[in-house]
Amino acid sequence: MADLHLTEARASASEAAAIDAAIGNETAVVVETERLVRGGTARRHALRHLLLPALHALQTESGWISPGGLNHIAEVLQVPPAEAYGVASFYEMFRVDDPPGHDDDVVHVCIDPACRIAGAEDRIAELEAAGTPVHRSPCLGQCERPPAVFIQGRRKANSVPADDQPFALPQAGDPALRLLRRVGVVDPTSLDSYREHGGYEALTAALAMGPDAVLTALTDAGLSGRGGAAFPTGVKWRAVRDASGADERPAQKRPIQKHVVANADESEPGTFKDRIVMEHDPFALIEAMTIAGVTTGATRGWVYIRGEYPQATARLENAIAEASAAGLLGDDVAGSGHAFHVEVRRGAGAYICGEETALFNSLEGFRGEPRNKPPYPTTNGLFDQPTAINNPETLLNVLPIVLDGPDAYRAAGTDGSPGTRLFCVSGDVAAPGLYEFPFGISLGELLGAAGGVTGGADPQAILLGGAAGMFVTAESLDLALTLEDTRAAGVTLGSGVVMVFGPQVDLADVCARIAEFFRNESCGQCVPCRVGAVRQHEMVVELGAKPISADQRQLHDDMVQVMADASICGLGHTAGSAIQSAFDLGLLGGSR
Amino acid sequence: MTDVANQPLETETTVTISVDGAEVSVAAGETILTACTKAGIDTPTICYGPTLTPVNACRVCVVELDGSRTLVPSCSRPAEDGMVVQTDSERVRHSRKMVLEFLGSGVDLSEADDLRAWSEQYGADPTRYGPAAERMNEDVKVQDDLYVRDYDKCVLCYKCVEACGDDAQHTFAISMAGRGFGARISTEFDVTLPESACVYCGNCVAVCPTNALQFKTEFDLRQAANWRPEDQSVTTTVCSYCGVGCNLELHTQDERIVKVTSPNDHSVTSGNLCIKGRFGWQYVHGDTDG
Ligand SMILES: Cc1cc2nc3c(=O)[nH]c(=O)nc-3n(C[C@H](O)[C@H](O)[C@H](O)COP(=O)(O)O)c2cc1C
Ligand code: SF4
Ligand code: SF4
Ligand code: SF4
Ligand code: FES
Ligand code: FES
Repeated sequence: MADLHLTEARASASEAAAIDAAIGNETAVVVETERLVRGGTARRHALRHLLLPALHALQTESGWISPGGLNHIAEVLQVPPAEAYGVASFYEMFRVDDPPGHDDDVVHVCIDPACRIAGAEDRIAELEAAGTPVHRSPCLGQCERPPAVFIQGRRKANSVPADDQPFALPQAGDPALRLLRRVGVVDPTSLDSYREHGGYEALTAALAMGPDAVLTALTDAGLSGRGGAAFPTGVKWRAVRDASGADERPAQKRPIQKHVVANADESEPGTFKDRIVMEHDPFALIEAMTIAGVTTGATRGWVYIRGEYPQATARLENAIAEASAAGLLGDDVAGSGHAFHVEVRRGAGAYICGEETALFNSLEGFRGEPRNKPPYPTTNGLFDQPTAINNPETLLNVLPIVLDGPDAYRAAGTDGSPGTRLFCVSGDVAAPGLYEFPFGISLGELLGAAGGVTGGADPQAILLGGAAGMFVTAESLDLALTLEDTRAAGVTLGSGVVMVFGPQVDLADVCARIAEFFRNESCGQCVPCRVGAVRQHEMVVELGAKPISADQRQLHDDMVQVMADASICGLGHTAGSAIQSAFDLGLLGGSR
Repeated sequence: MTDVANQPLETETTVTISVDGAEVSVAAGETILTACTKAGIDTPTICYGPTLTPVNACRVCVVELDGSRTLVPSCSRPAEDGMVVQTDSERVRHSRKMVLEFLGSGVDLSEADDLRAWSEQYGADPTRYGPAAERMNEDVKVQDDLYVRDYDKCVLCYKCVEACGDDAQHTFAISMAGRGFGARISTEFDVTLPESACVYCGNCVAVCPTNALQFKTEFDLRQAANWRPEDQSVTTTVCSYCGVGCNLELHTQDERIVKVTSPNDHSVTSGNLCIKGRFGWQYVHGDTDG
């Protein structure tokens, strides 16, 4: 194997078979006779996007990333072993040291705030007492049913015990639901059932309207991204449509290819909305992605879904298979002449891979490190090609906009924040779960809809927007949940997280965990975030429930400023904001 | 304000930006850093190297760009006509100071002369984080007679990875591994260099800004408290092993070669060499190998 130097370790027959099966037996062995210079490197990259699927297969087969297995992957994909190791060691779900008990399933238990205040540590103690290997996990996207558990299988599929429970939306049957109207109603495994509930009418309408009319409708509707940054979707899609897609660098000359990516990494603590929608209305996401494809001119679609969502993954894969069989995906979508193919790719446990450019790197088989922007994804996205990347909730909004038009869409919400929003309500409320309301509902009304704070008291604090968001107190119950009102109040809706902490909660402990989350999830690429998140965590732990000194406060302000000013990506920019808000509100470091 | 711009060649497309109030023109595609340098402004850089693709990871070179919410890395951000840049604002000084302070709080910078000088210049005080602040805590790796890796001194600038990979050597023996504060430069499973793909070109050693990678000769002399840069001289010559014509700079102390470099701006090497030019000089001293 020209040029790649491998250690002596060899894969077992079963490891090799599992890996080869995962990469579609493409047996990608590129026999290089010449030195790998730039062109060779580019060629080698052609199959590198299969690295994550191959590593998943090896992890499942062997319970870890064994040196022999890694060498096999390196050989068939022509990825240098040091780089493959660099990728494997980036992800929480891959073990690169030979772990004791790696013949067993690994039970991941969430230790993030919603689960923490619901007895996660007790659950872990029970499991460990019974001899079960436990992995303490960041938020598993099941915050409405704490403490959350995910089982990483050894030689069998991953699973989530709670998926066996019957599912019902808190707002089931509410005729005002838009995005959630089919959830819990439709059979999520059946294209026929989806069609009986209005499925694929929007694609038909979009094809009849043509791309320009769809883009205008999105812009007129005022749809903005629900993944956190609230970027106007119509502007994004138009930029992709207008992007030439030609890459002029000689080594990279490729035919024009554009992509649509659904960013289903959903790892912001407190967020579980995309999971519920993908599990219970998977065809809707596929239909919306198809509309994105025919509108932007993208022929490839990708759902990058977090690795801890086995049921959503299975249902999306089924939906793609059924839609393909019915001619709704493929080389000629619904007889329109447009080609659009969709693939599901699983992440492997890394919050940062939800950052759009980190996601591209991850999917391409590189470390999930964010890229510097500009250039932006609309011109230089996945595989350096023009890419429309959206949150699943954003994509779902496209269906009613195309079907009913922008005016009907704007009938809900405010001028600045048209439409409805999904809210992930968790923590100390009577009825945690996923809620859909028009933008503009007040925080207090939302908590009321969720049955109110448990115990009937005022909440001690509410985390708005996730770990990357901010705390507010009962004084903010009148806050209208819109983009403009939250911005004016200096807070954020983020990914729709509303996590409620009742009077009994130890907020110093919650804050320490939030700081630990960022410390663990920083990709480590840039100094402000890699070191800043550690120093912040050390400070919060040291402080505990004690009052903060002026020097400590100054130091924290200094850290927050450099993280916000000089970090590469949004993780670093926001890693200090929740703790800062806790200090500002006297929830932490105060004299209470 | 004086116009410090050189008159551009007529055939060249240039862009003009304002740096601390002065207009500077650079060729299109050049970075803000190039414009700063042209304006006579010194910018600290750690992960930037003239022969390497910018990874813009250290963030010490950030500047304030009008219209940008965050500071931008000057080493990688292309200059665009009309940009207005501040290189010495309160925000810029703060971020530079904090980056250096953060590094000093966790990494052994004792042999990183540039970083120490900048730390002083920007007033970085790593002691603010207290003695309990977590550090790299790495033991020095001495695995052969050619060079050592002391990752306690590593600022994770990616330069060695780039030099070993796409930017020069195409050997890919090392990579960033792990995540966050636990990230380290590593071979696969941290196998020793002799077991790895490493071909001992030493190009990683040449780009390391902190002396985390250093010649074994230098390491041994430092251990013996006998490393005396002030008593060293540099002789430029051409490598005699093959016909490529690589320039060598032989660093000598007490009449013995202590390390070998090649100039970054040399048209043949761009600073890179192979094992023979870099390490194959023992014969000069008449030593027998091993
Ligand atoms: C650390 C980090 C994690 C993120 N995670 C997600 C995610 O899980 N899902 C998501 O849609 N967007 C996430 N984002 C935002 C994406 O970068 C991007 O803005 C979004 O996918 C764009 O889609 P939208 O315009 O539909 O919101 C994250 C951003 C950061 C900085
Ligand atoms: S801000 Fe943090 S997560 Fe983002 S690139 Fe820098 S180190 Fe990585
Ligand atoms: S000596 Fe050369 S081959 Fe070895 S790690 Fe350094 S750059 Fe790579
Ligand atoms: S070893 Fe040197 S060149 Fe490599 S990352 Fe560390 S400091 Fe940078
Ligand atoms: S699943 Fe535990 S906090 Fe989200
Ligand atoms: S020198 Fe520019 S980011 Fe490191």
